[in-house]
Amino acid sequence: MHFPTRAPGEIPRARFCFPRCRTSSASDSTQRALGFFIRLARSRITLNISRFAGLLISAFLLTSCGRREPPANLIIINGTEPESLDPHIVTGIPEMRITKALFDGLTKLDPRMARPIPALAERWDVSPDGRVYTFHLRTNAVWSTGEPITTEDVVWSWMRALSPATAGDYAGQLFYIKGAEDWYGGKINDPAQVGIQALDAYRLRVELNAPLAFFLDLCAFPTLAVVPRTTIEEYGDRWLHANPLSTSGAFLLGTWRVNDKVRLIRSPLYWDAANTASEIIDVLPTGSPNTALNLYETGVADIVWDKDLVPTELMDVLIKRPDFHSFIYLGTYFYRFNVTRPPFNDARVRRAFAMATDKPRITTKLTKGAEKPAGHFVPDGVANYDPPHGLPFDPGQARKLLAEAGFPGGKGFPRTTYTFFSAAAGGAKMHGKIAVELQQMWRDSLGVEVELRQIERKIFYSSQSRLEYDISASSWIGDYNDANTFLDLFTSTSGNNRTGWKNSRYDVLIHEANQQTDMKRRPEIFRRAELILIAEESPIVPLYFYAGFNYYNPEKIGGVWTNILDEHPMQYIYKK
Amino acid sequence: MYFLKRLATLVPLLLAISFLAFVLVRIAPGGPFDRERQPASPEIKRALEAKFHLDEPVWKQYLRYLGGLVQGDFGPSLKYRNHTVTDIIKQSLPVSMLLGMMAFGFAMGVGIPIGYYTAVRRGHWEDYSGSFFAILMVCIPGFVVAPLLIMLFAIQWRLLPVALWGSPLHAILPIAALGLYFSGRIARLMREGMLNTMQSEFITAARAKGLGENALLLKHAFRIAVLPVVSYSGPLLADLLVGSFVIETIFQIPGLGVFLVNGSLNRDYTLVVGLVVLYAALLVVLNLFVDFAYTLLDPRVKYE
Repeated sequence: MHFPTRAPGEIPRARFCFPRCRTSSASDSTQRALGFFIRLARSRITLNISRFAGLLISAFLLTSCGRREPPANLIIINGTEPESLDPHIVTGIPEMRITKALFDGLTKLDPRMARPIPALAERWDVSPDGRVYTFHLRTNAVWSTGEPITTEDVVWSWMRALSPATAGDYAGQLFYIKGAEDWYGGKINDPAQVGIQALDAYRLRVELNAPLAFFLDLCAFPTLAVVPRTTIEEYGDRWLHANPLSTSGAFLLGTWRVNDKVRLIRSPLYWDAANTASEIIDVLPTGSPNTALNLYETGVADIVWDKDLVPTELMDVLIKRPDFHSFIYLGTYFYRFNVTRPPFNDARVRRAFAMATDKPRITTKLTKGAEKPAGHFVPDGVANYDPPHGLPFDPGQARKLLAEAGFPGGKGFPRTTYTFFSAAAGGAKMHGKIAVELQQMWRDSLGVEVELRQIERKIFYSSQSRLEYDISASSWIGDYNDANTFLDLFTSTSGNNRTGWKNSRYDVLIHEANQQTDMKRRPEIFRRAELILIAEESPIVPLYFYAGFNYYNPEKIGGVWTNILDEHPMQYIYKK
Repeated sequence: MYFLKRLATLVPLLLAISFLAFVLVRIAPGGPFDRERQPASPEIKRALEAKFHLDEPVWKQYLRYLGGLVQGDFGPSLKYRNHTVTDIIKQSLPVSMLLGMMAFGFAMGVGIPIGYYTAVRRGHWEDYSGSFFAILMVCIPGFVVAPLLIMLFAIQWRLLPVALWGSPLHAILPIAALGLYFSGRIARLMREGMLNTMQSEFITAARAKGLGENALLLKHAFRIAVLPVVSYSGPLLADLLVGSFVIETIFQIPGLGVFLVNGSLNRDYTLVVGLVVLYAALLVVLNLFVDFAYTLLDPRVKYE
């Protein structure tokens, strides 16, 4: 292939060089087309067109070569580009879905109800006081490269997750283990003092600070996944680029091209490989809900499963379709008060605002999906817990409370702002709509004029952490299926409290609940704590519980079940 | 000589730009690790900052960064933790460059003939319809054109894929969506340039010597008239080569434009500085090309 050389007197043209395709796959038709364009080029009138055409053709040839991959059996749209696929570092849900396919923990979550089932550990014994777990590892579990997975691997992996050098946000998930927090903080230097101990190659003893009702759930959490030591020691932070990459889960990492796709290939050596239903799964990173819907509608993608990938404008229409599945999800939208400064240092004012908030108006008028108005903070449907009822919508009572606090009819109420962050697309558009609605409610019921302040996302989180706000939009998604993943937030020492609210009674109750081995008393104590949080003190006001959304055609796709954690292990999913 | 000198100024210029970018992105409120989910203890956040040396004074961080940059290492990304900035550029830049180059070719290929023709046929219906097209394209932004094209070609008629990247077919809609706006601008520049040139004295002189109209316009007028387009094409190409956020998002193309915008939203300091340096270098080099092209096109231009 060549371009016409410059004839004397002809206008010189800029030359853009493309690396040539190494495959000589320029087909006959392409060459005919080239010939045509060359002939065109020789007639001078079309000089510019020829330059353009030559460019285009060489560019097309470039794009079409080097991408000879077999088609995937299943294509899933998963949310934005993964920040990382290192299970000890990931923080986002899209990332965790992929790392769970690559790296197993001692347990994993079952695809139907998302409860922990044996994974690398075949079974376990728990001491009567609930503080010591002895895990028995499977003897048939091997790395995808063939070496057996032993307790050594588990101990090394957990200690890695617990190392400040790894710098994982979620290292705190291991702080329930005896000595772990002190080890992280450098207060103890002897690893033997951390309660993770290999008894032999297949028996692991784990000692916890307290009996922990959800420890088996945690064992399925990515931070506790088992990762390949030799690869990580050799490659450092770029270890996921290693080839071959040893994985402990159901899949191998085929390709990972940023913002293009993550390809998962069935791992034939996985201990449960017989139940891996798809050979190749492509996971597409998609940020735009419209693009996700377009890809799904034209049959390119088989499943879309991120709640932020539903175009909110089309929610009314989509929710009625049979291939659109919505379900309760372990997440709560709420707002925080800054209780460190007036007027919200007064619990009566906070309760007045809470009782002036008409929650169903937000779910019916704005979100329009399967979201449910939230009368309490811990979502309905969480395991082993029955949440209490919080403050009702009662504008009369709200006005009375506000008057008691010294602002009858909202008179003399100080200048107050409601802060939220803006985003161009996705679920975040909702923040602004909710802010406007809340402002209206407070104006109508309390006679208080609240200003709205929309700021950029990172500034928002930084000012929330530094308590530079009056009222702040918030949300929380549970990490595991237990009330603690919500209630733990508002203890005095939690980094996620961010209200300035400290209540020793609350702290004691949460601590007490987590010391309980009696599974009947535990929820009772949690309930008492939650009542302080949402009814007595109200440093936060829950607005609604999130709904999860998946779209896929159940006649074509199998192995997906809806559950409160929106957990769908890729191992079981297949195209019929 | 002149061009060598220009090339030599590139180094201090890039140094200054990298320093400014480095400091500015750090002055912006909010940091890379401010998110909804804070680590359970402040020690974890400190460990994160220590890992990426964010706990050091800015000048020290900058020197550390420069040390890496000299060796061609843009540092680790703070958000995409398994990739270095170099990894990201290596994977995404070729895609953005390819798309940008094709859109550039498209814009030139559509814009120059339209501009030329509307100027030659000034006052006729061809002029009015061509100029109308050009203005229309300038007025409609990419985020309107792209969904419109998708709706027609990909959803209604099912002729082309809705999104993704990988085959020539996938490239057609993004090229059109990206290139149409610029084709409008180029057509207008070209028309303007052509009209001005056609009134200049050397054209009158050439006509008086009895040159044929076609040869006159194409050989003599065109190369002068195209100069405004050429000077516009330098920054335009630099713009197109580093990718377009809107088009890459809508068509889900694995290019660099998405990173340029999201990097700053995420306060991914190293990624932002790396991309700014890259963009600046491209801009400077392409402008140099433009100046060089001037000497070839217009015999009156000499650099000393």
